[in-house]
Amino acid sequence: MTTQTFPMNAWYVAAWDAEVGRSLLPRTICNRKMVLYRRQDGTPVALEDACWHRLVPLSIGTLQGDEVRCGYHGLVFGPNGRCTHMPSQETINPSACVRAFPVAQRHRFVWVWPGDAALADPALIPDLPWPDHPDWAGDGSMTEVKADYRLVIDNLMDLTHETFVHSSSIGNEALAEAPFDAYHGERTARVERWVLDEEAPPFWAGQLGKPGKTDRWQVINFLAPSVIYLEVGVAPAGSGAPEGDRSQGVDMRVLHLPTPSTDKTCYYFWAHLRNYNIGDQAHTRRVLDAGGGIMLEDETVIEAQQRAIDEHPDHVFYNLNIDAGSMWARRAIDRMIAAENGPVLAEAAE
Amino acid sequence: MSGEIPAGWQSGRVTSIRDVTPTIREFGIVLDRAAACPPGSHVKVQVDLGGRIDQRSYSVVGQEGSTLRIAVKRQPESRGGSAYMWRLRSGDALAVAPPRCDFPLMHGAPHYLLLAGGVGITPMVAMAAQLAGRGTDVRMVYAARSAGEFAYGEELAGFLGDRLALFASDRGEQIDIADEIRRMHPDGELYMCGPLGLMEAVRGAWEEAGRPRSKLRYETFGSSGSHAAKAFTVKVPRLGAEVLVRENESMLDALEAAGVEVVFECRRGECGLCAVEIVEAEGEMDHRDVFFSPRQHRENRQMCACVSRVAGGSVTIEPAWRGDDAFAFAGPELSMGEPA
Repeated sequence: MTTQTFPMNAWYVAAWDAEVGRSLLPRTICNRKMVLYRRQDGTPVALEDACWHRLVPLSIGTLQGDEVRCGYHGLVFGPNGRCTHMPSQETINPSACVRAFPVAQRHRFVWVWPGDAALADPALIPDLPWPDHPDWAGDGSMTEVKADYRLVIDNLMDLTHETFVHSSSIGNEALAEAPFDAYHGERTARVERWVLDEEAPPFWAGQLGKPGKTDRWQVINFLAPSVIYLEVGVAPAGSGAPEGDRSQGVDMRVLHLPTPSTDKTCYYFWAHLRNYNIGDQAHTRRVLDAGGGIMLEDETVIEAQQRAIDEHPDHVFYNLNIDAGSMWARRAIDRMIAAENGPVLAEAAE
Repeated sequence: MSGEIPAGWQSGRVTSIRDVTPTIREFGIVLDRAAACPPGSHVKVQVDLGGRIDQRSYSVVGQEGSTLRIAVKRQPESRGGSAYMWRLRSGDALAVAPPRCDFPLMHGAPHYLLLAGGVGITPMVAMAAQLAGRGTDVRMVYAARSAGEFAYGEELAGFLGDRLALFASDRGEQIDIADEIRRMHPDGELYMCGPLGLMEAVRGAWEEAGRPRSKLRYETFGSSGSHAAKAFTVKVPRLGAEVLVRENESMLDALEAAGVEVVFECRRGECGLCAVEIVEAEGEMDHRDVFFSPRQHRENRQMCACVSRVAGGSVTIEPAWRGDDAFAFAGPELSMGEPA
């Protein structure tokens, strides 16, 4: 029986665009140690972070042109992982190489594929257009969370927790009592919730900037294994949002991309993108700061939960009705894991 | 026994069989290792319904070391699990899941009323024993069809004495639910287990008395409804499926077997995860869950697939499937390692 918690054959966000540059950035993605950098033309590179020779991390070496020199004995590896220089010999050992991971940049994120490179089709990179779309503004960050990435997904697939964890910003009583619907596909899960004709919580009241009660929407879209985008916003009550006209309100796309690092740690990438007041950089900064505060509240709860899980290794969760979204999400993840551990792919996935 | 033992389960062995009433049979089952079972614990066992493997949950009546006692009512109209159990002989093997307690007895209440109907007495025996043993203020009211159907009556009278009241319906005796609740201490707790009708009556009376929901505690395994279980058809137009639910299987199992995905947890009508939307019902709905309120049952808009049924006929439902379109954006073709 496998206890694998994430599929290897999938695209994962390894870094924000601005995190990867002309220096060596170590990251552990799905238990694979990688070193990330950019070539001189800007193309991102992801190599195994261990020298072929004595396993010293390449990330503590130096970047020379498009290549990495190991900081111990000076072996040099190119962006495709091939060794291009060996000390004190005129030839290069033909088997010398480190693994190069498929990598691509897309809409401000650098994605890597930790599994079988032959299966890494860039068309499979989830298309999340808002971070660099001209009609949307906003920014995000990354939080390292000491917890299984699936606990972050659980957190997001049931936003009832906003009422209790984020009561000073985006949560209120009305939210936890509003009904919701949970749907699923082969690789996706979706939870929809509308809070009609209620006061907006502080954050959203500020975003809308209009008095009176509001209709609030939360649509949580999950794509296995670790992509979530939220459609969230508020509009003046009765202005037509539930019927499809959100134009009188404020609408956000909130990205949540918890990439598994190890079995019990993850890189939690997040961003808030808005389609209103898009020329105002100060607005971007305020939302970024508010988002960071909200994220810290989640991190505190989720890390405490992971510690409690570790203290109760035999405990099996009792799932409630509110957990339907996360159960569909976990089923989709489990399907991907099962598929790559099937007899056909067993060899290819090493 | 046929069927593989699921991961995490263990193989138990029947060591004793005794009929505690003409229709309720007690089994002693010895396990290699058994965790402590506090009052209110239950175990799942694997049953064979004529070649189809299924699971049933039974309350733990008592525990002696690694031997657990469970009691099973022979139910001709049931989904077939009881017939399998009644065929067991001493020495037979039985796959058993680790015991679990979802109906725990909370301590510290000033008064406890235990209310049991029929085979619903099974989780109550250990509760009564523990409460009486601690000298707690406890009363038990226990209803059965006839005087001969009081399982564990003598045992209970032994430690409860005059704090036990028995009601045999063939003698015209009936629990006066409202009066029992009225006589309870304001902070008293009521624990109940029994047929659906009785539990609904108690829930109604409890609410009418204005008592807090948190102090009414109950467990049901969804095995009884207002109608006998009959076969019925489930139509799922979104998936082009039409599924027959046999009289001895649940709608949840039938849907899963037909490839209609449903999420679920408890399989006894408590968690609400398996609720599906009812588009149209042809036939009388038999809601057997305790997740939805009586108002929601009357509305008839959703049903818990694990326990609820149609009393013959069909029901058209809407599943949770909507496909993967939420991530289908039109985007340009990509190339690997494109420059930033």
